[in-house]
Amino acid sequence: MVVDVVLKPEISDPQGQAVLGALGRLGHGGVRSVRQGKHFVLEVDGTPDEAELKQIAETLLANPVIEDVELHLPTD
Amino acid sequence: MLTFPGSLDDVDAARAVRLAGGEPVALWHADHDLLDVDAVVLPGGFSYGDYLRAGAIAARAPLMQDVVARARQGMPVLGICNGFQVLCEAGLLPGALTRNSHLHFRNRDQVLVVERADTAWTADYRTGQRIVIPVKNGEGRYVGSTEDLDRLEGEGRVVVRYADGNPNGSSREIAGVTSENGRVVGLMPHPEHAVEDLTGPSTDGLGFFTSVLKAVVNA
Repeated sequence: MVVDVVLKPEISDPQGQAVLGALGRLGHGGVRSVRQGKHFVLEVDGTPDEAELKQIAETLLANPVIEDVELHLPTD
Repeated sequence: MLTFPGSLDDVDAARAVRLAGGEPVALWHADHDLLDVDAVVLPGGFSYGDYLRAGAIAARAPLMQDVVARARQGMPVLGICNGFQVLCEAGLLPGALTRNSHLHFRNRDQVLVVERADTAWTADYRTGQRIVIPVKNGEGRYVGSTEDLDRLEGEGRVVVRYADGNPNGSSREIAGVTSENGRVVGLMPHPEHAVEDLTGPSTDGLGFFTSVLKAVVNA
């Protein structure tokens, strides 16, 4: 189970902007925008409970005031 | 005075309480006992190394659950810097604090304007009073959605605002906010570092600690 956390689009991301600036200096002027986020990999016992994982993501891994979450459940 | 692993300014804040005439009581994050305290200060620092998000892990510490419950009953709580981050993460105060817009850690003496002089922590100031206290943070940019910020301003819940320059890119120069009942206050600057002429730029910070003593005596 993987959880990706990114800042909401309306929250400015100075870290992403710093990366974008560095890319420009390295000659990658074609990159238009960079948003930096967090990537969590969770291993769970048994079958993942989607509701519980959603709760984990939304109550601890992300701050819903400023961040969005994307859940990726195993697809086997 | 609630100490987490990584708290830094708990000793200074305890000293400020003592100088104001109060009796500081040391509390440890992992305990489940608020003892008999009348108010709680969450000090600055880097609780849990700022892992995950600043204040995020501390906001879920055992003793914080008691602090949240008591705060909802009206106990005064002050969050300074990292403590403000903890209060936002714990849901006691609205909004969030994130990376400074310029990405630099910023420390300097900061001018603030007091906009609410009727909270448990600011009654010893005057509305519109300019005070100078140190600010020092890397993740002090106050943010929220436009609707939330409009609501906050409409309800008059901005306690202090940065003046003469915004140190971290905070939305609308917001330096500190309060709960609906005015008992919980969080701010990024450090009043506990401005309580003595010898060590601070002013003694303007002492008012936070003298205010709350009156608030708990009158309660």
